[in-house]
Amino acid sequence: MSDAATEPDKITGPTPDNALRAADKADEGPVLAADGTPLKRSLNRALRAQKLRALALIAPLLIFVLVSFIAPIGDMLFRSVENQIVSDTLPRTVRALETYDATSEEVPGDEVFEAAYYDVFYAAERKLHTRLGSRLNYEMTGASSLFRKSGRGLDDIGEVYLDQFEDLDENWDEARPWAELMGDPDWIAAQEAWDGESNMPEFELRADISEVLPRTAASYEIFARFMQDEEGDSPLEEEPWTVVHTALYQDLSERDVSGYSGPRADMLRAADELVASPDFETVSFRDAFEEIDEDWVTPEIWQTIKMYSPAYTSGYFLNSVDMQKTPEGPALRDEDERIYGLLFQRTMFMSLVITFSCILLGYPIAYLLSNLPASKANLLMILVLLPFWTSLLVRTSAWKVMLQQQGVINDVLVWLGMVADDGRLVMINNQFGTIVAMTHILLPFMILPMYSVMSTIPPSYVRAAKSLGATNWTTFWRVYFPQSVPGIGAGSILVFILSIGYYITPEIVGGTSGIFISNRIAYHISSSLNWGLAAALGSILLVVVLLLYWAYDRIVGIDNVKLGG
Amino acid sequence: MKLSKTLLATSALTVAAAGAVTAQDMADSMTLVSWGGAYQSSQQNAYVAPYLEMNPDVSASWDESSAEAVAKLRAMNEAGNVTWDLVDVVASDAIRLCDEGLAMEVDHDELLAPAPDGTEASDDFGDLIVSDCFIPQIVYSTTFGYRTDMVPEGVEAPNDICDVFDLETYPGKRALEQRPINNMEWALLCDGVAKEDVYDVLETDEGQDQALAKLDTIKDEVIWWSAGADTPQLLADGEIFMGSTYNGRLFSVIEEQDQPVAMMWDAQVFDLDGWIIPAGLPEDRLARVKDFVRFATDTQRLADQAKYISYGPARESSAPLVSTHAELGIEMAPHMPTDPNNAENTFLYNYEFWADYRDDIDAKFQAWLAQ
Repeated sequence: MSDAATEPDKITGPTPDNALRAADKADEGPVLAADGTPLKRSLNRALRAQKLRALALIAPLLIFVLVSFIAPIGDMLFRSVENQIVSDTLPRTVRALETYDATSEEVPGDEVFEAAYYDVFYAAERKLHTRLGSRLNYEMTGASSLFRKSGRGLDDIGEVYLDQFEDLDENWDEARPWAELMGDPDWIAAQEAWDGESNMPEFELRADISEVLPRTAASYEIFARFMQDEEGDSPLEEEPWTVVHTALYQDLSERDVSGYSGPRADMLRAADELVASPDFETVSFRDAFEEIDEDWVTPEIWQTIKMYSPAYTSGYFLNSVDMQKTPEGPALRDEDERIYGLLFQRTMFMSLVITFSCILLGYPIAYLLSNLPASKANLLMILVLLPFWTSLLVRTSAWKVMLQQQGVINDVLVWLGMVADDGRLVMINNQFGTIVAMTHILLPFMILPMYSVMSTIPPSYVRAAKSLGATNWTTFWRVYFPQSVPGIGAGSILVFILSIGYYITPEIVGGTSGIFISNRIAYHISSSLNWGLAAALGSILLVVVLLLYWAYDRIVGIDNVKLGG
Repeated sequence: MKLSKTLLATSALTVAAAGAVTAQDMADSMTLVSWGGAYQSSQQNAYVAPYLEMNPDVSASWDESSAEAVAKLRAMNEAGNVTWDLVDVVASDAIRLCDEGLAMEVDHDELLAPAPDGTEASDDFGDLIVSDCFIPQIVYSTTFGYRTDMVPEGVEAPNDICDVFDLETYPGKRALEQRPINNMEWALLCDGVAKEDVYDVLETDEGQDQALAKLDTIKDEVIWWSAGADTPQLLADGEIFMGSTYNGRLFSVIEEQDQPVAMMWDAQVFDLDGWIIPAGLPEDRLARVKDFVRFATDTQRLADQAKYISYGPARESSAPLVSTHAELGIEMAPHMPTDPNNAENTFLYNYEFWADYRDDIDAKFQAWLAQ
């Protein structure tokens, strides 16, 4: 019928189509905007400006949420892997343990005990050793008192040396001679001139002393800086810690100080002779630790320190899935210490039960609410909202009164003769109590979204279905129910996510079989102070919720969830 | 310039004259942390109100957070903003706070008033100073109370700790605290372990299993409590036959509320409660707190506290001064956990043991509970 000349694509000459095609073919470069820039870039720029403006508008809220919500939560969750305390408190020991094989079941060598002596001594002066003890006690029973005892006990080592040096020359227990031996003359002058109010001139070691007495210098420097920064005392007036005397002994026994000619050279040379004499009493670090507590010469404590020496640890996460770190790698805990797996399962299971009971109880109410005449519906609405406005604790305690064995329900049942007086039902301090109380408390969160969805379903659909011959059931099931599903979805998400993190109600009515994982999290936050473990449990809970949300989105589709309209 | 110099000079003179810190250098408000309830009001009546009367410019506010004091202090310390001035904690928490560097170490003789006869504070408090940070106030005990109307006919009222484990003679529910401390010791005692061996046995895995096995025999009949008010409530409702709680709570159920409940002092576990001063307080607040603590822990004030609650004063010199209840008018001495008649068989909370074993045994205990 059509000839070539009239078919649209065959027309030659200037038509709009041809012009476009020509433009495509020509490939003359990008289309330009009025000001000569490429159109694409110009459009992008306009869009970016728009986006920036939008961002600026929400910026206050965004910053608020970031600062007051996301950042603290992030910080808390970060604790689940954070573990710097070991390497910060025991830096030398951690370094000395690098070559130690934790699986060897042997006690490490003397160099580790030496490092531990210095570390624990400094930590004890800073009062950090007990903190580390509590941290390690989560992993190894007894670490707490081990460190507490050692903080005091380690003084004994240095005192052995201090006493001998002091017997030789009393200046060894005086502040001033030490400062002259160790301190830079300029610093001494500046420190002497210090007026007692402004900042103290920071302690400086004398130029060559670190070569003559390396350990002593390092130790004295730590002492002097600590006195200045933490105590606000002048090192010119404070006798050094006994750890400095230990360091001095070690230096003198290893090094030759005869070439030393700085201040207090005589004193030092005399001490050197004393150390060289056969009568000089020495203490081995290992023996001293053993004397404080025999646990120090078992491999367990060193394995624990070694395992927890990295700055970040998987230990908390392993703990929260009933596993533990061992020198051989992660292993399951003993059966009688496993609890978190059970609690996670139970939390999931009970949250699901609560969600379904809320759907069962809430659906008819929401249906009534949206189909009754306004006056009656309003009254019903108030009945739904009234408990919602009542304090959570009041409602939970009320359930306690209702459900307990001498409570209202049992009394009524006994009075009616349905239950024997000595066979009263146990309805509280178990899972049943938790489910009942939480279903009641979370019910409004299910009813309200359902109601707002149902009230938008046009009644004409139902009438149309009926007029086409459907039975009541078919009308409901095939026409009404599918339209109300988004309400169920919204309510279920709300109830499920709320119940999975619920804490106070299970605590009060849950007994032992009805408690949730959140109760353990609370316990670790406020009682055992194991915040790392609490953070790990919380992170797992958060990930589980996000995963479920994702799965829900894939199965139901989050677009199908409506909170109203 | 001149005026301020004169002022400075005058105030310097005043300081020199007083020989101590003057009121101007002390903060005029304090935040005290305590447990709420009858215990806090005993503190309020016995020494906070009198102190405020003596210092009308000062105000004191309460924070009822002692149960979470360790966690909250740690959080405050990390945030660098400690808002509490004086915190009432149990001894084990004081030890932990001291370990964590969150509580201030004090020199008891310097900070606290000597006894009227001149005995130094550290001797007057004696062994009760369980930590360098801890300023003891009271001795309390955890013990059992039982419903007198639920004792089966023809049976002697329970008076032995092992009656708790005897379901045949004394059928009925029990309330125990939801933690291993005390329960494990009681279980071992009633499983034939001698009192002096209890902690040696409890150190071992077998000992822990033994204690849990003993608790297993009554597990079905136990309601586990976590707040001190639970047991008194359960007793008053008739929900349980016997239950453990703090002796002061039982006193109030028995004497103040007149419930058919009696005490079973056997194997009561002594514990201590006292103040700690948070570490790192600014000088003016610290000065105020020190002034208050010196007053609040002197011999008379601690004896006064016993008028309002049946907890024993921590000072030896206060004991003879304990008088009658402020409202009921009854003699308080026989209701004290330290009264010789009540203290025939006692236990002292082993702080060091539980500091070490708490995490480990608690894990086992909770796993056992959840089964």
